[in-house]
Amino acid sequence: MADLAERIKKMSPDAVASVSSSLGQECVVVHKEAILEFMRRLRDEEGMLFNFMMDLTVVDYLGKRDAGSRFEVVYHLYSLKHNHRVRVKAPVSQADPAIDSVVQVWRGADWFEREAWDMYGITFKGHPNLKRILLYEEFVGHPLRKDYPLRKRQPLLGPEN
Amino acid sequence: MSELRMDLHTEPMILSMGPSHPATHGTVRFLLKLDGEKILNCDTEIGYLHRAFEKHCENGTWTQAFPYTDRLNYNSAVQNNVAYALAAEELLGVAGKMPERAVYVRTIMCELARLADHYTNLGAATLELGALTAFLYFVEARELVWDLIESVCGARLTSNYVRIGGLASDLPEGFADHVKRVFATNREHWRQFDKLLTKNRIFMDRMRDTGAISAEDAIALGFTGPCLRAAGVEYDVRKANPYLVYDRVDFDVPVGTTGDNFDKYLVRMEEINQSLRIVEQLLGKLPKGPININDASVRNPAKEDVKNQIQSMIHHFKNTIEGITVPAGEVYVPTEGSNGEVGFYLVSVGGGKPWKCRVRPPSFALTQGVGEMVKGAFLADIIPTFDMINLIGGECDR
Repeated sequence: MADLAERIKKMSPDAVASVSSSLGQECVVVHKEAILEFMRRLRDEEGMLFNFMMDLTVVDYLGKRDAGSRFEVVYHLYSLKHNHRVRVKAPVSQADPAIDSVVQVWRGADWFEREAWDMYGITFKGHPNLKRILLYEEFVGHPLRKDYPLRKRQPLLGPEN
Repeated sequence: MSELRMDLHTEPMILSMGPSHPATHGTVRFLLKLDGEKILNCDTEIGYLHRAFEKHCENGTWTQAFPYTDRLNYNSAVQNNVAYALAAEELLGVAGKMPERAVYVRTIMCELARLADHYTNLGAATLELGALTAFLYFVEARELVWDLIESVCGARLTSNYVRIGGLASDLPEGFADHVKRVFATNREHWRQFDKLLTKNRIFMDRMRDTGAISAEDAIALGFTGPCLRAAGVEYDVRKANPYLVYDRVDFDVPVGTTGDNFDKYLVRMEEINQSLRIVEQLLGKLPKGPININDASVRNPAKEDVKNQIQSMIHHFKNTIEGITVPAGEVYVPTEGSNGEVGFYLVSVGGGKPWKCRVRPPSFALTQGVGEMVKGAFLADIIPTFDMINLIGGECDR
């Protein structure tokens, strides 16, 4: 159990906060300060070789966890060579909703991080072009946050004139 | 003469293409910087079909998410149904207890959906390249497959066919014969497509060497599905992490070499053949038996029981009003959609509603790559490149 996750912990003991395994899936929780270097090692180290960043998203645990770890940035990685998968999670606080961008590691993270910014208001530091992607620029707020009301409506603001 | 050779001062032109362009299927806007007909830069803008899929799912019960999943990739709606159901069943801990027949039927429906999706994609692509005749054949082939899907679940596109712990209904009587008839015609169609396109000079000129991408670039951009395989990477979730009954059928995964539009076309064409093969094998092995799990807290009891037994009625009421109770946990289940890896990442904190219902949309990652793939190409090359990406707005924008 949690063989891969344990190996990842051995690889970067300082970056990893905890490892777990449930439903046959391995999960690693990391400190957000270390994310960039940690991801680079996951991609490049011989036993890891996670060359695919399949998915990046955020979960808002408002009311379930305290404000210091309200958000969790979740990455799903896949290694073509070893055919293994891992879920990496980095808790992010409500007061400072920011984390380093991993676009340098996987180019494909670009749009996924823009979507996470758009929907959850997480800032990805070092992102080349962090702006809204699914919603329009004038939209106020981040709709997938749990405190964004379901039925709130906003007028669609066009360009002036 | 010397005047003709004089270097004329020109400036790049900015052109906004879309979001509703007659030669693209899917609402997307390209902001192009052009030097004559050459593309210097292409900014892709999406989001025109965003309709808050996740927010809706978080505010309904687990079962109520199914109609929303139909509208992700609406060309292969059943695949999304199945992907979501597999993830939810994994969370519920009933994934291993599904009745055999249900799993077989799900696999058959997934492959029929793949057929419909590839026919739609190739049909639309040929239409946009001016090959109206081929388009008509593709649409006819697709219509026949949709007839099959309709005979199973009553709808051509938005199937809403799968349930957590089972299926909405069993296959209709005479389904195997119906499939046999349709596939015979489909094979005839396939030969027609092949004759019309694969060695067609105009088609080849538009597709060959346009929209090419290397395997490394495709991986770095998170490409999956036919577009990744066309670049020579043999990654198919059905083989890498078999789900449903894909490990019990014999099929090949076609792989290209150059990653250009023509290879993407060839990969899809061969996948059509493989899907036909898979469905035929499965129909031959289709076991008899129930299609729903025998657990009233997961799958509603049969209608007769609901009307006649108090216990069943209570389950039905609670499942409908409160939703199925899913224990706390999280899961990511990858499946092979027609466009690539469709993975549902579900988070439950207990209770009747998903805390988070995220889908990994293959089109999203693919569309991101369009800018890179058309840089330096001609304006007209956007059309085949974008066609072969097969952007589905419902899935990309959610």
